[in-house]
Amino acid sequence: MRFSGYIPILVVTAALAVVPLVFSSNSLFNFMVMSLIITLAAQGWNILGGVAGQTSFGHALFFGVGCYTAAMLQFHFGVNAWLAFLLAVAAGAAAGFILGFLSFRAGLRGSYFALITLAFAELMRILANASDWTGGAAGLLLKLNPGFSNMQFESRASFLWLALAFVFIGLVISRAIAGSRFGAQLVAVRENEDAARALGVDVLSVKLKAISLSGAITAAAGVLYVQNFLYIDANIGFGVWISIEALLAPLVGGRGLVLGPLIGTFTLHGLGELTKSFAGRIPGIDLMVFAVVLIGVVAFASGGVLGLLRRFAPRLARRIAV
Amino acid sequence: MYSPTILIEAMINGLLTGAIYALIALGLTLVYGVLHIINFAHGAILASAMFAVWGLNVLAGVDPYLAILLLAPVFFCLGYGVQRLVIGPAAKGDDGNILLITLGLSIFIENALLAGFGSDTRSISSDFSFAVVEAGPFLISSPRLVGFAGSLIVTAILWFIMSRTDAGKAIRAVAREKLGASLMGIDVGHVYAVTFGLGCAALAVAAGLLMPTFYVNPRVGGAFVNIAFTIVVLGGMGSIPGAMIGGLLIGLVESLSGLLLGESLGQIGIFIIFILVLLLKPTGLFGAKA
Amino acid sequence: MKLVETHLNRRTILKGGAAALATLSAPAVLRAAEPAPIKVGILQPVTGALAQDGEYGRLGAELAIEDINKAGGIKSLGGAKLQMVFGDARSNPEAGTQEVERMQEEGVVAVVGGFASPICLAASQAASRYDLPYLVDVGVSDQITGRGLKNTFRFAPGFSICTAAAIQNLVRINEAAGKPAKTVALVHEDGLFGSGLAKLMATELPKYGFEILEQIAVPTPSRDLSNVVLRLRSLNPDLIIPSTYYGETVLLARTMQQQRVRPKAVYAVLNGAASNRRFVAEFPEAAEGVMDCNHWYDPRNERSKAVQARVEAAGKPYNYNIPLNYSSVGLLADALERAGAAERGKVIEALNTSTFKEHLMPYGETKFVNGQNMGAAPVSTQVQKGAIRVVYPGDFADAKPMFPANG
Repeated sequence: MRFSGYIPILVVTAALAVVPLVFSSNSLFNFMVMSLIITLAAQGWNILGGVAGQTSFGHALFFGVGCYTAAMLQFHFGVNAWLAFLLAVAAGAAAGFILGFLSFRAGLRGSYFALITLAFAELMRILANASDWTGGAAGLLLKLNPGFSNMQFESRASFLWLALAFVFIGLVISRAIAGSRFGAQLVAVRENEDAARALGVDVLSVKLKAISLSGAITAAAGVLYVQNFLYIDANIGFGVWISIEALLAPLVGGRGLVLGPLIGTFTLHGLGELTKSFAGRIPGIDLMVFAVVLIGVVAFASGGVLGLLRRFAPRLARRIAV
Repeated sequence: MYSPTILIEAMINGLLTGAIYALIALGLTLVYGVLHIINFAHGAILASAMFAVWGLNVLAGVDPYLAILLLAPVFFCLGYGVQRLVIGPAAKGDDGNILLITLGLSIFIENALLAGFGSDTRSISSDFSFAVVEAGPFLISSPRLVGFAGSLIVTAILWFIMSRTDAGKAIRAVAREKLGASLMGIDVGHVYAVTFGLGCAALAVAAGLLMPTFYVNPRVGGAFVNIAFTIVVLGGMGSIPGAMIGGLLIGLVESLSGLLLGESLGQIGIFIIFILVLLLKPTGLFGAKA
Repeated sequence: MKLVETHLNRRTILKGGAAALATLSAPAVLRAAEPAPIKVGILQPVTGALAQDGEYGRLGAELAIEDINKAGGIKSLGGAKLQMVFGDARSNPEAGTQEVERMQEEGVVAVVGGFASPICLAASQAASRYDLPYLVDVGVSDQITGRGLKNTFRFAPGFSICTAAAIQNLVRINEAAGKPAKTVALVHEDGLFGSGLAKLMATELPKYGFEILEQIAVPTPSRDLSNVVLRLRSLNPDLIIPSTYYGETVLLARTMQQQRVRPKAVYAVLNGAASNRRFVAEFPEAAEGVMDCNHWYDPRNERSKAVQARVEAAGKPYNYNIPLNYSSVGLLADALERAGAAERGKVIEALNTSTFKEHLMPYGETKFVNGQNMGAAPVSTQVQKGAIRVVYPGDFADAKPMFPANG
């Protein structure tokens, strides 16, 4: 059973990995790269917001820390991209720890915690927009210089595989947590914090571990964004859009489930591409359709896409839903 | 350093703006206090109310202030319907679902406005927009004085409804103890919808008071939502007087920090207050215990 | 009329792709009477924050394609018609990139547009992977053409050209009027160009004897500018230089009018409203006398007048996005004409040697140096009696500057 829990992850990853071998559409690859970056950010959110039940509205904070750490280290100090990547992930973890230390110690839960994450992300956005170090409002532009050592790739397929590798690591981490004592503690904190404490769980420490890990993973997504687009500004890095993307995907896919963020992101982004065909001459129509479908999904498929699966294909759902 | 005249005038400006902020925050805090949801569609509903005011003015020549009398009941009904027919049934009481649905609503409304009106920034211009009251060395904008008064009146009315009427009692009962209230024979779904409707009606009033001096485009709500969140937290989630006093305070802080730090960095003052309140006294100035 | 092929179904893509291949491989003589259309990618943000500008940009490109096709298409390619492949950049760089990828797959020969600098930066880089020519319509960031991308061209002036011209024009106008303006207050949005512009102005203007009293950054969107106006009133500068987007400029102008702040001149640079017809129409009093150094069409150009008449007949304001996109598409058509083939490499070559003159802008001959059109320059405009007039430089002016604006 220990290994078999990882089989769905391997199957899904393998299926995504062969896409570039079967298809040759760069537009498809580009769509997948962006979806995988969002998936990774959402995986970070899912550990904190899904498994541990601490809803965050401000994961842009971690995404932006990842973006800017990687970009600034390369831009100002010429640090190697991979080293910058590691440092950015560490910075994401540190940001998570600091935010968690401040807010969890103050006993913030529920909406209060959600709002403070939003406030920190906005604060960082304003600072990044004003500081010379971050390139101010003009943002930072990295030199286009494809090569493995620069973490830039000529072909979309290579970058797809890189992003997929990170998502795979994210999946493995999530799965490992789900089957671990730590995971059980997180769930206990989510279900009833006071009861968990009574059972001897060190609630603060468990939450701090979760938010640090969450920050690190979402920061990694930020680095991928920078390496892919080679450009970052305050509204991209710390903007509300990524906070929403990171939370939307797990909620749609299946909150707290290992495959939730992946399934959610691809469902949402696939939907977004599909509704684009409704666009026609009048702007906005496609996003209206998107919104209606989103509300419909929530109304008729509680528990997300995986919840739907559970209703109609319980056996398959049991196998992939952890 | 600035002269006292400027500081005083900045404070007056801050209070006048803060009152409008408070009005926008009222709906948010009311809905939060009763339904315990954070309504992401708040900004989009404000934008649609502003478009309604603009439309009535341009198409039918209706004065923005007169439009309030018409739009407040309309938006009450709209809010009632949206909660009763969309949010309530679709959310099934799950917080995550409510979040997604209000998010979906905001995307829908914003893009419906885009499709219907286009993305242009529009405004109403009348002589009254530029009218001022001269008080000694100060030039105080008349439409903003009206906004201030209007906001105080609406707050008082809402406060009266909540604390003195049967409907208010039912709302408060539901806010405190949903299950108990429903056992007492209160229709919780109806109360939720009434609350949401009141929140929307407050936005319609805010829209009418804003339009003489502000502009509207499909994304205009975003400018006010963050600040409304801050006010809700500062005043205490669910507290009506808290929203008013929080709004005035935030208006003051924004105005002074904008003057001293610059408008752009001045926004930081607001978020720092937001964070400090959350960390030190998350129940806000007037909030019930969390 | 079917100008817009926003979304093609699979069959048309296959058909179009095959036809395009046939065009490339078949020698000219063998080509059918009706050659396959040449697909041109038009990228504009028509949803999201920048939708207003994106709509104007799209309109300009559509009109240009319509005119080129009516005039017989690309003659060196047997009269091949241009066909628009439209992409909505949704006001963010990711969507811009995704649309470029889609356009690439639909086989466009070049992409025109982008509007905002971040979108242009990301989209042109995505296009560079395929050596797909990318013509920036507006995005002013110097980084766009400063990266050494071989595929990226900007017909309009970039940031440094604009600011240099803005300062030069101001100094000349002020000198000609006997130097009435000495003190300056800068009001700028805190985003990409506003803050860069203010920094530059603050270092350059003192060299010409101006005194900078204050630099005020305002966020986008701003809810209230009363305090900014309050400061302006107490500083009482001769000259106010606002570099803000549309909504903030409206607020600023209205509040200034209300608070009776009347400087000797308002000299905007790359402002979102000061040379926007809607602004002038809605706030004639607040707009009167406001100057702007910005993209603008050549008011004496007959073709521009014709395009303007069509745009206005459709009930739309003739804002600068329209002639800029119209001209950029024209520039591309000219390059296609001279390249004699819908091949990217040849189009890039043709753009590099372009001397395109048939545009609607107050520019000279097009001449690209590192992707930037060195013939491009902004002009100074002024709102006079409810109309936007070009007042400097004299070669293109249709009115004399009123400086100081208040008598």
